[in-house]
Amino acid sequence: MEFALNEEQRMFRNMFRDFAAKEVAPRAEEMDHQEALPADILRKAAEQGFLGATLPEKYFGAELDGVSYAMLLEALAGACASVAVGVATHVSLAAMPILEYGTEAQKEEWLSPMAAGEVIGAFALTEPDAGSDGQALTTRATPDGEAVVLDGVKTWVGNGQIAGLFLTFARGPEGIEAYLVPADAPGLTVGYREPTLGLRSLSFNTIYLEGCRVPQANRLGGAGEGWAIAQRALDRFAIALAATGLGVAADAVEVASRFATERVQFGVPIARKQAIQEYVAGAYIEVEALRYLVYRTAWLADQGGDFSTEASALKVFGARVARSVTNRMLQVMGGYGFMEDYPMARKYRDARMLGIIGGPTELHAVRVAQRIFAGHDLEITL
Amino acid sequence: MDFTFSPEHRALRRLIREFVESEVVPLAAELDREHKVPYETMRKLGEIGLLGVCFPQEYGGMGAGETGYCILMEELGRVCANTAVNVGAHIGIGAMAIYLDGNEEQKRKYLTPLSRGQKIAAFGLTESNAGSDAAAIRTRAVREGDSWILDGGKVFITNGGYADIVTVLAVTDPVLGPRGGITAFIVETQWDGFKVAREEDKMGIRGSSTAELVFEELRVPHENVLGKVGEGFVTFMKSLDMGRLTLGAACLGGAQTMLEACVRWAKTRRQFGEELAHKQSVQWMIANMATEIEALRSLVYRVAWLVDTGQPFTQLAAMCKLYGSEVLSRAVDMTIQIHGGLGLTRDFPVEQAFRDARINEIFEGTNEVQRIVIASNIFQEYGVRIRP
Repeated sequence: MEFALNEEQRMFRNMFRDFAAKEVAPRAEEMDHQEALPADILRKAAEQGFLGATLPEKYFGAELDGVSYAMLLEALAGACASVAVGVATHVSLAAMPILEYGTEAQKEEWLSPMAAGEVIGAFALTEPDAGSDGQALTTRATPDGEAVVLDGVKTWVGNGQIAGLFLTFARGPEGIEAYLVPADAPGLTVGYREPTLGLRSLSFNTIYLEGCRVPQANRLGGAGEGWAIAQRALDRFAIALAATGLGVAADAVEVASRFATERVQFGVPIARKQAIQEYVAGAYIEVEALRYLVYRTAWLADQGGDFSTEASALKVFGARVARSVTNRMLQVMGGYGFMEDYPMARKYRDARMLGIIGGPTELHAVRVAQRIFAGHDLEITL
Repeated sequence: MDFTFSPEHRALRRLIREFVESEVVPLAAELDREHKVPYETMRKLGEIGLLGVCFPQEYGGMGAGETGYCILMEELGRVCANTAVNVGAHIGIGAMAIYLDGNEEQKRKYLTPLSRGQKIAAFGLTESNAGSDAAAIRTRAVREGDSWILDGGKVFITNGGYADIVTVLAVTDPVLGPRGGITAFIVETQWDGFKVAREEDKMGIRGSSTAELVFEELRVPHENVLGKVGEGFVTFMKSLDMGRLTLGAACLGGAQTMLEACVRWAKTRRQFGEELAHKQSVQWMIANMATEIEALRSLVYRVAWLVDTGQPFTQLAAMCKLYGSEVLSRAVDMTIQIHGGLGLTRDFPVEQAFRDARINEIFEGTNEVQRIVIASNIFQEYGVRIRP
């Protein structure tokens, strides 16, 4: 067992924190109000290599290890959860599946521009009647000569507004398949943007595919391999969302404990009150537990092989900690916690989203239960 | 024991429900979206007597007691947290202080138009350095002949931005402090020296005014001292007791709405080949919510009965506020979870409920203050005095 970061990881962490503090934090409130990810923040993130975080250097990626990537999202989320989830959507949900399942030609075509931030990635799986039950998707992929024609409606597509590439899942002759669909493909329309509770500067859009034609060569992976690709991507995203929750929660503790040090009631800083101490201590304990579960799972994902159960367990825990920590830290701040000109209300709204996006807690809990009961020779179906 | 509502209270609930369905429901989303107070609704509620629901008829009220008031707040909380907040601040704490400790002349002059909705009330207690520690207020009132001159300010005052009447707590003797040195005043907001300094930008209850008030050489006639000089702190604490109960009632209504929304969604939304209602994790959430709601309902109306029959209720009112706000928060949380993405978008009311509900654990005395009150009362019975 080795619990220390290596020298490179420590250096990366400082760099991530500096970037988050200088480039993201000062604009987080404004971004939340304007409900947009400013292009220059993404450009600067790309310059630092963050948009190709875990991609190989060959594609101009930063080739970060899993733990460093988790620390990147943690640092970004401490400043602004929307930026973290936007980056995670791009890297974990779009770029990594291409790296893992793509042909050399597909990698050449997409990964370098993605690392450079010239193309932002999105992941189009969810449909109006296929939420938790992703396999119930009805978008069709109909082969037509050298092309394939996509028809259907996708909802809650993160980065929808700014994406140049949609990793799109559709039902083909041999099952669910994944297609690389450029934003300018004929027949693709970026539609309604959800006015969300939190993560407001991230766009979640409905995507219409109406006779949308892409070359057969744009299929990612083999025939009928789409569901496996989606699952693998969602496993990575689960880790990324937990890292995001970690960043939000850790910064919430920081903000609230600073407030408790300065806020005087009954003649003392409220930090001297045992109730406040318990809130802050409880939050800190959860944050520390989450931190090492995030790093450990991120490390595990780097070791190759299946990490889906661990990722689901982490997703459940990460969302719960983000929710409970921001809830209590908001309470520490009293009325100020409820005001939008303090950061806690935003963190609280952002954190709540993490229990739903990337698959609700209940779904991931069932997946953990499936593994547990499989050990007792009992198969759990959804 | 009799757990039924009287025919009068049942009729009152029908009247209120008809009113809210036609006048409150259609505005609920707009108030939030446009950051608008339900000014017209307040006027109409006043016209049919509901803003004086618990006050005697001689002061323009309905005389339906605390039970009637809880019914009003439950029904408002069921459909619109914003309207409930406006009404609660108006009746439950603003006008309540005048009803509890005002003299005959003050009740005729102020309580009557407040009951009829011709004027709107707010309750001026909190200051920037006196939140949970209410006794730490610094707004000063100095006697000058037949008047008092007020200097200072209040923050986070619900209805503050549009109220006509604000009951204000000020220090009249800094040496005595809360025991004899703090006095309540009835302030008309049209008077010189009264200023609304700012409106807060809040996460939720955006259809309510939360204002910072500033008093600069604000001259208040001596006849507007509410209760006795030096006894204002007690008046304000008594008002808060009443407000706590009805805050619990509004949370009850809100939680009931969440439960109904969950049941409706769970019986229509299909995933994995069946309705969500067949999923045990959803059933558990529904069962937990329903159980807590029934416990809260019993608590709320039991405390209303204590008030209406003249029995002590401070302790249980604090529990109503504490438990009610937490039951609502848990209900809203589960409702989001059951609704998935639909719970996260401002196009549907669940998202608004999440932002609106959270304030109940904070205002009218944080839940931490309620716990201090409850624990203090318990220890007091055993001869131990707790200081906050």
